[in-house]
Amino acid sequence: MLRVLRARLQQKHRTMGFPSGPAPEMPDRFAGRPVIQEPCPGDCRVCRDTCPVQAIRRGEDGRVELDMGRCLFCGACSEACPKGMIAFGPDYQLASARRGDMVVSPGPGTRAEAVSELARKFFSRSLKLRQVSAGGCNACEADVNVLGTPAWDMGRFGIQFVASPRHADGLLVTGPVTGNMLLALEKTYAAVPEPRIVIACGACAISGGPFADHPEAKNGVDSVLPVDLFIPGCPPHPLTALDGLLRFLGRPVPDCKKVI
Amino acid sequence: MGLFIPHIYNGEAISLSSVPVVQVKPFRLAVIAHVAAGDLISAMFAQPLGDGFRLYAVLCAPLREQLGIIATDVADSYPALTPDCPAANGFEREIFEQWGIRPEGHPWLKPIRFQPSRMTGQTPAVGITEFFSMEGGESHEVAVGPVHAGVIEPGHFRFLCHGETVFHLEISLGYQHRGIERALAGGPGGRTIHYMETLAGDTTVGHAAAYCAVMEALSGIQVPPVANSIRAIAAELERMANHIGDLGALAGDVGFLPTLNYCGRIRGDVLNLTAMLCGNRFGRTLLTPGGVRFGIDPDRRQRLLTRLDAVEKDLDTALSLMFSAPSVLARLERTGTLSMDLARQIGLVGVAARACGLSHDVRTGLPYGAYRFDSPPASTFHSGDCFARAYVRKLEVEQSIAFIRRQLNAPSAQNELRKPLLPLGPDRVTVALTEGWRGDICHVAATDHEGRFAFYKVVDPSFHNWLGLAFALRGQQISDFPLCNKSFNLSYCGHDL
Ligand code: SF4
Repeated sequence: MLRVLRARLQQKHRTMGFPSGPAPEMPDRFAGRPVIQEPCPGDCRVCRDTCPVQAIRRGEDGRVELDMGRCLFCGACSEACPKGMIAFGPDYQLASARRGDMVVSPGPGTRAEAVSELARKFFSRSLKLRQVSAGGCNACEADVNVLGTPAWDMGRFGIQFVASPRHADGLLVTGPVTGNMLLALEKTYAAVPEPRIVIACGACAISGGPFADHPEAKNGVDSVLPVDLFIPGCPPHPLTALDGLLRFLGRPVPDCKKVI
Repeated sequence: MGLFIPHIYNGEAISLSSVPVVQVKPFRLAVIAHVAAGDLISAMFAQPLGDGFRLYAVLCAPLREQLGIIATDVADSYPALTPDCPAANGFEREIFEQWGIRPEGHPWLKPIRFQPSRMTGQTPAVGITEFFSMEGGESHEVAVGPVHAGVIEPGHFRFLCHGETVFHLEISLGYQHRGIERALAGGPGGRTIHYMETLAGDTTVGHAAAYCAVMEALSGIQVPPVANSIRAIAAELERMANHIGDLGALAGDVGFLPTLNYCGRIRGDVLNLTAMLCGNRFGRTLLTPGGVRFGIDPDRRQRLLTRLDAVEKDLDTALSLMFSAPSVLARLERTGTLSMDLARQIGLVGVAARACGLSHDVRTGLPYGAYRFDSPPASTFHSGDCFARAYVRKLEVEQSIAFIRRQLNAPSAQNELRKPLLPLGPDRVTVALTEGWRGDICHVAATDHEGRFAFYKVVDPSFHNWLGLAFALRGQQISDFPLCNKSFNLSYCGHDL
């Protein structure tokens, strides 16, 4: 018993102050929201052709657009760009309630809205989630699990993963939705009582990620279920996920002002 | 020991035509004899060739520090190896499922991942197959999954029980199958490195390192020493993070909450060290064929060392608490025991095998990269139970910390991080083994006339070890499943590909 107490003292209280206090320090090499500059030469397609998952296109007005819902944040485009027009900044606030809001255009860029009226009304003080892995690589699961550890402690906000869909207010889905998981996902969703929400976590769940257009899998959750929150990343940093969940529920979070 | 199988070194490329192609009979005898003498089957797979198929076997001889590769040509069937060599079981089921080649005499060709046939494109309905069954008073079956109770990957488990006692556990996987191996053929392309980093996301560095070794062998370049050192540091951080997380989860499964909570946090601290290297907590984007994309400047080196000290200190109290608590030890000891003999027979690898007293570790047996100059000693224990699998993890974490410190304290005067890749040589084949945190990772790749991948075969350690979990459950209480399962902590996505 004494040993346990001594260890407890040595390990200290480590739950972070976020969101009322500052966000935990992010690694200096972290790749967050892309920042795109202008103007690009009219015929340049280097970034578009470099991107392994077709996240970049040139819009109708010729401007470069980058879809964070597809992006793996690999940095290949910024390495390839001959003019250094694409960089990945420290902004971790990437979650969005609408699929289209994840497309980044040149310029400073604004944070996408993540709040859901339904979630704010029913779940803002208690959100029970059933997690479903539907393909993918288990990294999203691993970093979502981290939110339950004492440092992040999302239980503080009433957010919790539960064992049964019947106890849940919604699903948090990872992976592109493999053919082999399709039925299980549909059945799990059907078992969640209404009103219910669905969160797509990670590039795979949003767009298929590196497996986009594989015949063995779908291109993400919204091809199967209505999605209420998208959390980009490969995998999303836990801070991106927690910030997204809190904003989804309409709870206050600090604004990430750091824009490069 | 039967036919002599010519050897190649770990990460050496040879011309495809120099792989010996023998008759089926000597092929069988050679593989069976080598495995009986202690070799592991690192990979065994088929490739279409003309009207038939070529069957390849890659063997790893840990004691002779060698790899061997041998092939035979078959039409649509051949006499199975499994009856004489149980370690071939999973491979032969896979070969049958992918190509429809029938290993005659195989005891039970159950689907292994319910993937589309590479011949017909037909996909069997997932989970629909025959299972062992048991009849009699008080005998019953418990089926769980594919969706499990925790934040965990999908798989189907079926426990055949008499009362509380498990007689057998059936494990049926494939729910994570997303077609990576099929997509790799014809590469490399822009997505290849991303496939590698997501074969098993918790083993990003382990698999990416094997892929890089394949590419460097096929293009005939040598990686700068600094890059090798950074790769090894990242690999050991990956091992630490996962082992620490598992130790915490094991403590949690026996109701010992202090270590669960401390280790959960310390694991995060280690992931943050990886993020310090490359910005991503799983090591994504760090490795690239030819070297690494990020270096370690002196300031970063110092910060890494300081934070490593803090991790070590926190870990020391968290783990000594767990390993000195009689309530924890009583639950771990003699639970889920495998004998060394069985481990050998079914071809167990990694932590699970070393916990049965087998000393194979790719870092020491077939060293690659920075491990050629400094390989952490293989950590073993003999009892084969949940305690041994926990204890080996603890020993390995300690060795990893020491290794990372040695690497960081010996900065190289050079600072070249990567070499440009040359075009891949045509008609060549290579085998790269790395020691992932779960055990042997094996990548086998061959190029066609144009230097594109004719095939790219991946064997994740979990492919070898799932059967070990099934055996560990025999005669146990069903309530011990979570503990046994966690003590292996195998990958579903790495198995399902
Ligand atoms: S960082 Fe994103 S947009 Fe750029 S190449 Fe990689 S996946 Fe494509």
